[in-house]
Amino acid sequence: MTLFQIASRVDARGLSCPMPIVKTAQAAKLAAPGDLIEVLATDPGSTKDFVAWCRTTGHELVNQDLDLATGTYCYVIRRK
Amino acid sequence: MDEPLNLVLFSGTDDKLQAAAVLTAGAAALGKPVHLFLQYWALDAFRHDRIDRDHGLAPEAGTEGRERVDHLRAAGQTPWAETMRQAKDLGGVDIQACSLSMDLLAIDQADLDPLVDGVEGVTAFYLNAGAGQVVFI
Repeated sequence: MTLFQIASRVDARGLSCPMPIVKTAQAAKLAAPGDLIEVLATDPGSTKDFVAWCRTTGHELVNQDLDLATGTYCYVIRRK
Repeated sequence: MDEPLNLVLFSGTDDKLQAAAVLTAGAAALGKPVHLFLQYWALDAFRHDRIDRDHGLAPEAGTEGRERVDHLRAAGQTPWAETMRQAKDLGGVDIQACSLSMDLLAIDQADLDPLVDGVEGVTAFYLNAGAGQVVFI
């Protein structure tokens, strides 16, 4: 298991598309380059969205997990 | 990603405005500039005293569509006006009212929500659209 030093967290649980990405983009604006941002989301579409968003913006998707019991996705993103 | 996305909003029902807000916020999150040009009933929906009201749904929604939209709303879906505000906070989103539609509704900019940045004619809209796609909703 890898441990990450998380600089900021986004709780987008219960939010529908596109708010998880919008909230994360807002957090990325405030973060410093290299900062790790952890995002919790329950929108199943967010998996493809976060891959696409990172590919387009240049931020790095360093980890993603799904907690099957709660249906919660956890993404860790390194700000460009 | 430098070419802007240009959305012409004509319809003033909540379903179409919601779809437009999703497209706007998604593009803004990707760093893509977005120009919104508000015409007719979409412009009417951006009046400051009406923006948070219920604007109904397109006819094809029917009774079942109404129920589904109400369900999503009750589950806490972010209203389209709030989605637009958050998209604007990300930057790169410019919202302009169509000057002809302003005449049609007999309103001036003081009647509009602060989300609206200004009033312009169609020529200015096309000039700012550059080589980006124009989408009519």
